[in-house]
Amino acid sequence: MSATDTNTQPLVLVEDVHTYYGKSHILHGISLEIGPGEVVGLLGRNGVGKSTTLKTIMGLVPAREGKIQYCGQAITGVPPHKLARLGIAYVPEDRRIFRLLTVMENLRTGLDRGGVTDEKKQALLDKVFTYFPVLAERRSQAGGTLSGGEQQMLAIARAMMLEPKIILLDEPTEGLMPRMVSQIGQIIDVLHREGVAILLVEQNVPLTLAASQRVYIMEKGIVRHHCAASEIDVNDAVIKQYLGV
Amino acid sequence: MSDARSPASARGAASAPILKTELLTVRFGGLAALSQVNFEVARDEIRAIIGPNGAGKSTFFNCLTGVLRPTGGRIIFNGVDVTGQPANVISQRGIARSYQITNILPNATVLENVRIAAQSRRHSWNMMTHYSAFSDINEKAERALDSVGLLSKAAELAANLSHGEQRNLEIGIALATEPSLLCLDEPTAGMSAAETHDTMQLVRRIAKDLTILIVEHDMQVVMELADRITVLHYGEILAEGTPEEIQRNPKVLEVYLKT
Amino acid sequence: MDAVVHFFQAIPFDQIVIQTLNGIVTGMILALVASGLTLIFGIMDVVNFAHGELFMLGAYIGVLVLAGTGSFWLALIVASLLVAILGAALQIVTLRPLIGRDPLNTILVTFGISLILQNYALWQFGPVARKINEPITTHFNLFYLEYPWYRLVIAGMSASIIGAFWLFLKYGKFGVWIRATTQDRVMAQAMGIPVPLVYTGVFAIGAGMAAASGVLFGPLVGVNHAMGLDWVLKAFIVVVVGGMGNLGGSIAAAIFISLLESYAAIWMNPSQAVIVSFVVLILTLLFRPTGLFVPTPK
Repeated sequence: MSATDTNTQPLVLVEDVHTYYGKSHILHGISLEIGPGEVVGLLGRNGVGKSTTLKTIMGLVPAREGKIQYCGQAITGVPPHKLARLGIAYVPEDRRIFRLLTVMENLRTGLDRGGVTDEKKQALLDKVFTYFPVLAERRSQAGGTLSGGEQQMLAIARAMMLEPKIILLDEPTEGLMPRMVSQIGQIIDVLHREGVAILLVEQNVPLTLAASQRVYIMEKGIVRHHCAASEIDVNDAVIKQYLGV
Repeated sequence: MSDARSPASARGAASAPILKTELLTVRFGGLAALSQVNFEVARDEIRAIIGPNGAGKSTFFNCLTGVLRPTGGRIIFNGVDVTGQPANVISQRGIARSYQITNILPNATVLENVRIAAQSRRHSWNMMTHYSAFSDINEKAERALDSVGLLSKAAELAANLSHGEQRNLEIGIALATEPSLLCLDEPTAGMSAAETHDTMQLVRRIAKDLTILIVEHDMQVVMELADRITVLHYGEILAEGTPEEIQRNPKVLEVYLKT
Repeated sequence: MDAVVHFFQAIPFDQIVIQTLNGIVTGMILALVASGLTLIFGIMDVVNFAHGELFMLGAYIGVLVLAGTGSFWLALIVASLLVAILGAALQIVTLRPLIGRDPLNTILVTFGISLILQNYALWQFGPVARKINEPITTHFNLFYLEYPWYRLVIAGMSASIIGAFWLFLKYGKFGVWIRATTQDRVMAQAMGIPVPLVYTGVFAIGAGMAAASGVLFGPLVGVNHAMGLDWVLKAFIVVVVGGMGNLGGSIAAAIFISLLESYAAIWMNPSQAVIVSFVVLILTLLFRPTGLFVPTPK
């Protein structure tokens, strides 16, 4: 089953990628694709290589074999800061906002790009402050003083400053309270409606199935199952097999 | 499920557990990585410790091996309170550990890696005799290599081994200290399916006369190897039981799927 | 009561005031040199053993420009710019290829560069010290001394340069890039910040600041090929005492150590007073290894 019809090429195409950490072989030939504006879920237990997949796409870890394409162009070996400027945003596990920079400065790191007019910058800031009013309140506070949930919002807001075509979102609900978890679900919906594609790595199955159009399930560095999100639910045998005990 | 190993409940059920923790607690500032954990494992048992991210599995191992000092509670090994003792003392008492990130000496041969560990059990002030002349140490080292299937590569430089072989060497080094309790920290991390299978055979072989604690994410390995499983969640024991019991436990599934 | 009076009479207040001034002056120069060093270490983990030679080169270029144009201030500007460009070139050619490798490699490289630059200066300018004439030769009367205004000018200029740089770090766009990259290199890249460029820029700025120190300090001592050596050692002590990568800490540490040494020089031989900085270094490493003014993380 293909993500896209024959007229639209995938936004991101990962083909048979192998990634190593030293000698440790983490990705054993993973293949997946994300269409423009699609929300695609990537599920799997700890240690199967979900985060490594995101880092490989972002160029933070080199792919030793295989190819990665973005908008039809090969991007293996392109440095991460160029990919960010081309429209791939990365929101890592544990957020990693700049703790000693203020909220506003965190946002500026994504905003201060060439070719963005001042009006556009203001418009982006206004949008993000509308979606995340708590960030507007705390705009002069240091990032490190925010709560876990607020830091997650800042990490996503910061990524939005890049006006990305796709956001690589790594376990956004990790360590968050249930109320915040549903808020993350809403944010993903909003981004989807704006046409931003999302590759969502998660261990929270209900959230992922609700938010995604398609899901891939990984085990030991490779995709084991792939289907439309609507085709399975949390009680499915496939979910139990690859995510349960 | 293989019948080759008798259930731990049948063996040694009458004797005291080889390792016991009482109200073991580790706090990092305001965060409780381990919270009043009461854990027991019987002699010669293979116990798997599983749990989602941040459950406290590594912290638990770090306490047992003396790398981390617990904030509260006790650890009793072979009837002796070893809480807070330094790592080298704990190693001498018989707890050995393999690490998640391979810790071998790349520029030494496979045999030398293991011999250094074997040497730690023998105390000698003799600084003049060449290290290779201590035949008892050599034999111990070779036996350890044999149990992990690396005897044929004894003269090979450790850096030249494949990833799977290096992980097995890691286990061999731990074995050379002749432990009574072996802690394996994600032994199959980064391995292919074939290498994982080999390591599982290896663990089954060495499990005779040895108590093994294994932290793993690979559920197949866990279900096939473990006599019993302990599930940790947010620093507490969520459930304990045989693999079948754990698989049927709805609380465990809930925690894993975040339902 | 008499003893108390006696005690207070014995304290050489005039000397203390003079030494305080001297300490602040030296401290500000040291702060300027150390700022560049701690910045370079803080952002890219490079221990720049060639920093003292950049200081020395700055002084020599100052000599040349002064001789050619007669303007001290022009010498200051040209020296800083030229050495900044040289620093950028050095970083691109020798340090950029080593990113990600064992830090020992960068230590060896910068040490090698320091040797090359020292010997180049020796070959080019000869062993006899040169002189930079200070731009302001007037004095004012301080107790029994005629204290040169120029020394206060040095302190003022260093403070201004550091102050300007601090403002740049806090409010400038490039400043935010530098601070973000220092905190989290990987996420800075993920935000589109061209980290290799930032590294080069920081090295250039550090080099420029070292060169400016060289020109400013030149009139106080002779300019010779080995003048960097004393300074780089002191600068490293300041960087460690102030906390590696901590700009504010370096400035505070520079002034603190210089003041201590100046006061010690009242009672000791000045060449022995140097011991003070080493004592402070040892105490810091023993009790507050992350930096004297930095709370030790738990």
